[in-house]
Amino acid sequence: MKLATFRIGGVHPPENKLSANEPIIRLPLPKQLVIPLSQNLGAAPKPVVKKGDEVKKGQLIARGEAFISANLHAPASGKIAKIDDAVDSSGYRRMAIFLDVTDDEWMEGIDSTDELIHQNLPSSEVIRERIKEAGIVGMGGAAFPTHVKMMIPEGKKAEVLLINGVECEPYLTSDHRLMLEKTQEIILGIRILMKAIDVKRALIGVENNKPDAINRLQQFCNADNGIEVHALKVKYPQGGEKQLIKALLGREVPSGKLPIEVGCVVSNVGTAFAVYEAVQKNRPLIERVVTVTGKKLTKPSNFLVRIGTPMSALIEAAGGMPVDTGKIVNGGPMMGKALPTTDIPITKGSSGVLLVDQSESRRSTPNTCIRCARCVTVCPMGLEPYLLARISKLSLVERAEKERIMDCIECGSCQYTCPSALPLLDYIRLGKQRTASYLRNRK
Amino acid sequence: MNDILLFTLLTLCLLAIVLAVVLYFVAQKFKVIEDPKIDLVEDVLPKANCGGCGFPGCRNFAEVTVKAANENNSLGDLNCPVGGNEVMKQVASILGLEVQEKDPLIAVVRCNGSFAHSPAKVRFDGPASCAFAHQLFAGEGGCQYGCLGLGDCVASCIFDAIHMDATTGLPVVNDLCTACGACVKACPRGIIELRSKGKKDRRIFVSCINKEKGGPAKKNCEAACIGCSKCQQVCPHDAIVMANNLAYIDFVKCKLCRKCVEVCPTDAIHEINFPPRKPKLEYTETNTQPPGGHDRLEKVQPVQNKTVDIE
Repeated sequence: MKLATFRIGGVHPPENKLSANEPIIRLPLPKQLVIPLSQNLGAAPKPVVKKGDEVKKGQLIARGEAFISANLHAPASGKIAKIDDAVDSSGYRRMAIFLDVTDDEWMEGIDSTDELIHQNLPSSEVIRERIKEAGIVGMGGAAFPTHVKMMIPEGKKAEVLLINGVECEPYLTSDHRLMLEKTQEIILGIRILMKAIDVKRALIGVENNKPDAINRLQQFCNADNGIEVHALKVKYPQGGEKQLIKALLGREVPSGKLPIEVGCVVSNVGTAFAVYEAVQKNRPLIERVVTVTGKKLTKPSNFLVRIGTPMSALIEAAGGMPVDTGKIVNGGPMMGKALPTTDIPITKGSSGVLLVDQSESRRSTPNTCIRCARCVTVCPMGLEPYLLARISKLSLVERAEKERIMDCIECGSCQYTCPSALPLLDYIRLGKQRTASYLRNRK
Repeated sequence: MNDILLFTLLTLCLLAIVLAVVLYFVAQKFKVIEDPKIDLVEDVLPKANCGGCGFPGCRNFAEVTVKAANENNSLGDLNCPVGGNEVMKQVASILGLEVQEKDPLIAVVRCNGSFAHSPAKVRFDGPASCAFAHQLFAGEGGCQYGCLGLGDCVASCIFDAIHMDATTGLPVVNDLCTACGACVKACPRGIIELRSKGKKDRRIFVSCINKEKGGPAKKNCEAACIGCSKCQQVCPHDAIVMANNLAYIDFVKCKLCRKCVEVCPTDAIHEINFPPRKPKLEYTETNTQPPGGHDRLEKVQPVQNKTVDIE
């Protein structure tokens, strides 16, 4: 049978899913957690605790007041040591809450058992409210606040919920393990999300390189709950929202529009799990599964980590940093970002820590563009990356807007495939940022 | 054969005459009346087309100045930084106006995070563009306000006035600088500032824009301004403003007395083109009064006496 996938572009980098068979291990709590305030897309939440306050695990420590913002909760019980700047995954020192951990006791009113709760799904308003309270953001990497996604704009109607279990990034396996180990919770989370946006149908897209996850999910899907599992052809960047919609439904999101335009809402499996925990157990989002991997690492693993744990603790637990590590990447090799130090804390959006050894981490020397158009062939958004990079380099924002630079999903396929090793995506990102600020100022 | 040639020639001539008449009337009808002063003004401008005046090209600047002269009878803030006072005087005389003399400016790099002061902790591997590196991380030395050293300012300069110093990794401005401000715009961190050229080209400025508290600032760079405000206390001209843990010397008020340079504990305040200082010992012997009632020197004095006693 021919498997579904998106139509244009895409690459197939070596998968290197080293930790696919490693069960999720809960990492012991560190002595101090550093919780950056800005963990979500949009505005950073405002702290509601101050230095010296005693907090319980799950207690609200920062409230998202802006429209696009998400709450933050204490990942463990303890005392607030200080609220100060700390280097986070942006590479800059930004405001963070430092928490000295004393114990691991949930605050009152939170279900601490692992028992599955199937029954009593609350009404959609209550679900949305609990998602907002729990500070849930998209766990795929962009960290867009989920409650905002659940608000369907007036005049629009969601028809189908798409669940992203693609995990198309090489090396990363956190979603894969979650699908295997927390299958029922994810299915329940999907049902909750379906109720929240009032749809009768949900499709889970999983790439065909995870047959065990597909089988496992299939056991719990039936006509009654309206959830279907679809195996997809392995192709990067299938996990992109627009690519997934194209692969599962054959619909194309118009340029500059959101998936709701074609009647879809897309969520990650990790988000579905977090939604289940929040709605049925009243647990806020304080931990996530992180893959720690790398070819030279002794024990590539999947850890269940509290938000705020330094990456050095994860690397230590995975067998320590190999001597010839050239780059530490937050996220996968395609879209991840190299980090300047290992003290950077895990945030809601960190899906993996990748250690690249020196021989593989070096960039090749860029050459001139030979006009081979490979970047155009692989661009999943149908753009012309060589042109966008050139325009960005020259800061021609109006031209960049016309060439639809804002449609770029920054998947990096162009740079991956470029035979001249040109830093295409690097420049496009820069141009995208400049164009975005130009568009903001024009309004 | 001859007939054809003659016919062709006559037709063409006729056509030419008719078209010439048409063109004449069209030219009369759609005549653009341009102030001849625009050409005169453009002639005296430096024709660098650098955009330093804020307008695209010298021609546009000439048009704007003539328009301003006709409408407001004054040049206002219009200024050609490249030509300086001389050119502006010529422009004003063409337009029959007076122009106020402006202090000549020069670009100043306000970062001293050289390789020695702020050693690299990580190595940047991406494309050589400050704008790109700026959105990625704090910088190789770790200071998020400091110079990234990838030379966007050098690339932006059309006067060949700014170059990277290979030993420090910082850009250096030379005398060719016309204060057009291209590098100021090019620097994603806003390190470069246009400051007064100063008497005899002498300048004093705080070579740091780090707004962090003393501890974190000093951790990443030995030459960072730690916001101790010693310079503010010692300044007799009220020229130093402290804001966000950072000192800033107002070049209008500064009288180049160099007292702040002496007290700065991290050598963040720089002096340029001053003659070498006299040895410090001489200074204290001739002038026993501590300058400006500064408490640091007062504290130092008894210690010096004590050491003398022991000897």
